[in-house]
Amino acid sequence: MSGILETKDLTINFGGHTAVDHVSLSIKEKELKSIIGPNGAGKTTVFNLISGQLKPSAGQVYFKGKEIEKLPPHKRTKLGIGRSFQITNVFPNLSVLENVRLAVQSKENIMYNMIRHFKYFSRLEDEAMGFLEKVQLDKKADHPAASLAHGEKRKLEIAILLALDSEVLLLDEPTAGMSLEEVPDIIELIKEIRDERDRTIILIEHKMELVLNLSDSIAVLFHGKLLADGDPEDIMKNEQVQSAYLGGDIADA
Amino acid sequence: MKSNLNEMPNKTETTPDVPRQFQRNTLMKQPNYWIFAAVTLLMMAVPLFTSSNSVLFMLTNIFILGVFAMSYDLLLGYTGIISFGHAMFFGIGAYSMGLSLRFFDNAEAGVLVALAAAIVLCFIVSFFVGLLSLRLRDTFYALITLAVATIFLIAAEQWRSLTRGSDGFNFTADIPNNLFGFINLLDRQTVYYLGLVFIVAMFLIMRRFIYSPVGRTLQAIRENENRVASLGFNVLHYKLISNVVAGVIAGLAGIMYAFSIRFVNPHSVLGVELTIDVLLMTVIGGVGTLVGAIVGAGIIEISSHWLMGLRDVHPIFERWVILFGIIFILIVMFFPAGIVGTIRQKWKARRSSL
Repeated sequence: MSGILETKDLTINFGGHTAVDHVSLSIKEKELKSIIGPNGAGKTTVFNLISGQLKPSAGQVYFKGKEIEKLPPHKRTKLGIGRSFQITNVFPNLSVLENVRLAVQSKENIMYNMIRHFKYFSRLEDEAMGFLEKVQLDKKADHPAASLAHGEKRKLEIAILLALDSEVLLLDEPTAGMSLEEVPDIIELIKEIRDERDRTIILIEHKMELVLNLSDSIAVLFHGKLLADGDPEDIMKNEQVQSAYLGGDIADA
Repeated sequence: MKSNLNEMPNKTETTPDVPRQFQRNTLMKQPNYWIFAAVTLLMMAVPLFTSSNSVLFMLTNIFILGVFAMSYDLLLGYTGIISFGHAMFFGIGAYSMGLSLRFFDNAEAGVLVALAAAIVLCFIVSFFVGLLSLRLRDTFYALITLAVATIFLIAAEQWRSLTRGSDGFNFTADIPNNLFGFINLLDRQTVYYLGLVFIVAMFLIMRRFIYSPVGRTLQAIRENENRVASLGFNVLHYKLISNVVAGVIAGLAGIMYAFSIRFVNPHSVLGVELTIDVLLMTVIGGVGTLVGAIVGAGIIEISSHWLMGLRDVHPIFERWVILFGIIFILIVMFFPAGIVGTIRQKWKARRSSL
């Protein structure tokens, strides 16, 4: 038990299909680990099992040595596992600022106050604004989230996650569907967070070239199984990975 | 269940916790504030212009049903859950008051016991109905509220010794004319002002509630429940809070209704029709706008009154509900977000295009 987050023989079946099959991962504290794999490899499902959207059919998830696979999502967030979603998952009819403010409210533990006006806690809005500046959305703070372009929604997703200030960040394809010119900004932002070295990041990515320079270690999933796990160089050299992943998906892309 | 100690302002923060935009002087610059003040004053002045008891009676009922509709909107518009049993809380309130006025010789004791009984009962019922059903899917909540409300309806019909069955009972004779030494509840004007104070107080309380951190979280739950959970909020707790607040306020509205109508029977205060009425009020006025609920209550009350009045012109107006269906369809066609909701959208669009 050396990692801050570990999975042991994590398995989930949907009907007869095993989407995640005995996956054992260990994520060291304050490292950036990428999980890569072709479509349908089970990357997002692993995330859903770690963050609690799904309960495993078998196997365990440990956070700081404690078993957490039976906890509901909100408890895992409170423990310090925050996540973003691949399919944009924001509050469409609330303002961009309010989307982030809610995350700050949760982080600040202002949970059950129903007497004060929310603007009484003006520091929450100030803080939320800071995160919007970080992802260059501060000028759209008053717009409803539904009016944002796709790339901007992805940025909002990241701002919400940052606002939670979690020890572990699960980033599910943060650049998915972004236009090419927007991608470097986000990669730069992830680099910044990594270089602060005060939290652990798990990143799901589709495009291998993005994560090679970014990651401390890489895990490769294929058909729900863990194919390889190690340094980026080792992963690059791994023949199984090349035939399964590079051979298939990258060639198509 | 009140406030959490963790929200105590952290004095070491660099940004002070002083409300920045929320100060009286900025509040008074908002047009909403002036509309609210003007409408309240206008309503206060109504008895000066009319001594017609039927007008005061109708307005009083609009106030009371307006509060009932606002409480329903907390569920439908602000939390995003549909209840088919909201009338049970209204009925609990109305029956508590009716029964305790009948059984207590001392009017003050009767009113206070009814108040306490209604609040406690509504709290318990809404809490347990919510606990049973809100952790499941929203459809279960709709069905379970319907089932429990039906139990109350049947109980009121069958427990004849207490409730006098489906005939209900009139308690005009028990209405206190000198409550606490100065409140004459037999006087329509007094009940009118009581209703006005009630709706203004409840409006302000609910408004504060929806703008509180809990209220903001509820609106996020309406938008995207799973995402709220992944932000670290216990969704069930929030839905329960919403359910209990809505239930207790509906119970208080039922109490006020008892003062106004002085008569209860199962169908008028506990029936599913009442829940459907309040659903229509909320939808017509605008889901997710407290003011809309009041407007909706006004439209339903006034139009039913007016259509009923036309029955001397043609017997079809006896069946005013049919005509009301047409009005409802027209409103949904031309005001898809409800009257207040659609006006608000247009107003916003105009302001941002300027």
